[in-house]
Amino acid sequence: MTESVFEADSIRVCYGESEVVGKLSLDAKQNEIVALMGLNGMGKTTVMKALIGLLPLRAGRLLLGGKDLTRAAPFERVANGLAYVPQGRMVFPTLTVEENIVSGLPASARGVPAEIYEFFPVLKEMRKRRAGNLSGGQQQQLAIGRALASNPRVLLLDEPTEGIQPSIIKEIAVQLKRIRDEKGLTILVSEQVLSFALAVADRVAVMVRGALVHQSPRADLEEASLGKLLAI
Amino acid sequence: MDLSIWAMQAFNGLSTFCVLLLMALGLAIIFGQMGVINMAHGEFLTIGAYTTFLLSQAGSVLGDWFQTWYFPVAIVVSFVLAGAVGWLVERFMVRHLYRRPLDTLLATWGLSLVMQQAFRSGFGAREVSATLPDWLMGSLKPTATIDIPINGLFMMALTAALTGLVVFGLTSTRFGVWVRATVQNRAMASAAGINTRKVDELTFAIGCGLAGVAGAAFTTIGSTGPTSGSLYIVDTFLVVVFGGAERLIGTILSAFSIAQTQAATEFFMTGSMAKVLTLSTIIVILMLRPQGLFSIKVRR
Repeated sequence: MTESVFEADSIRVCYGESEVVGKLSLDAKQNEIVALMGLNGMGKTTVMKALIGLLPLRAGRLLLGGKDLTRAAPFERVANGLAYVPQGRMVFPTLTVEENIVSGLPASARGVPAEIYEFFPVLKEMRKRRAGNLSGGQQQQLAIGRALASNPRVLLLDEPTEGIQPSIIKEIAVQLKRIRDEKGLTILVSEQVLSFALAVADRVAVMVRGALVHQSPRADLEEASLGKLLAI
Repeated sequence: MDLSIWAMQAFNGLSTFCVLLLMALGLAIIFGQMGVINMAHGEFLTIGAYTTFLLSQAGSVLGDWFQTWYFPVAIVVSFVLAGAVGWLVERFMVRHLYRRPLDTLLATWGLSLVMQQAFRSGFGAREVSATLPDWLMGSLKPTATIDIPINGLFMMALTAALTGLVVFGLTSTRFGVWVRATVQNRAMASAAGINTRKVDELTFAIGCGLAGVAGAAFTTIGSTGPTSGSLYIVDTFLVVVFGGAERLIGTILSAFSIAQTQAATEFFMTGSMAKVLTLSTIIVILMLRPQGLFSIKVRR
């Protein structure tokens, strides 16, 4: 069994006094795509925000390639190989597409790597346009491109299919797997669209009220039984 | 009316334009880009002015060559000194108030009072003037009736150079992208890998440094007192708000239109009436267009 590159060890996240995520442990191996599934309000986005450092951990540890990032600021986590695509994309609307990608580059990098435009050709066409004027699907691809610019080892994707038309969802699924294969990337994606999760994931974890209730490899999963778990 | 009066009047307008723009550049970064209402901005200008005054006095110790060439040195030293003080202010005060604009306003206003008193204690309440080097004095006479002062020309060149630098820095460098990204969404910028703490520190320091340079330039056209800077703060905010805080081109054009209106109307009425006319026009325009002259057209 290969070692996990990414490990969240019994993390706890609270808003004030109310606990939203309690003692959740999750790991991912090199090249693995893990889907974190759950209905609205189950704490998926909270987990993602806590992992990138936008929310503080009340307890628990976060390891990336053996390095402890529990207390690191978001940009320090990015420097150590974590990247984040938030729910709702959050591209910088008045910056151009190209500038958005540049904002994700490490200080040492020169120019936008050609591979980002290869994965998402539409970004190259639109590179002089302001990001705020792109469609939802294009903004999603831009947000992924911006995250890839930091050359991460682990990519966190929060609900990438939200508000995006089905044909683009399929295209994003194909691109994600291609990126994973070519770059040896580990991806943790939170999702409520079952078909998308089953299309990309190697392993599925199901979250209910801030805790993991089920985890299994994609191969062992029946769509019907997963549907039952999600409907709890 | 003959042509030379028009030419000199236009030049007066251009001088006022340069003054306004020089003051507004630093604030366009701090207020326009970072959204921080820095009421102490004028005092950073005063730092630059006093620095220049001190260096102009140093000529008597260091010799004639320094007396002649102190001015370029003063510009650099003013930038560094005002920038350093700005860096400290960001570090120990403004940083902790980014999400509390009203508190920032009060805190920086308090700071401006403290700084004014510090100047008063250090340099006295009387105004001082830097001794201008010979090459900045006198005027050009392209025709017998037109008089173009050299210090005005120098201000113009300095303004053009600084504006060019700031525009280039914000639009065409990696640092500019970091600044604009941080301004739009501080949390997301950090999650995209930008060291937002450092960006905030540097942006604020550079904005204050630019105010310092403006202060150095002002010694060529006026004298320096403890409250010199605070006289300009209202005009400066006016220029930035009127131009549309998001874009530098707005700041430039707004400084230009305010200055030219002021200069042109001053010729026909008293100075204060001209000011009333300018201000009322701005108020009407801002009522119709609250975002200022220029804003970025984008879905948000």
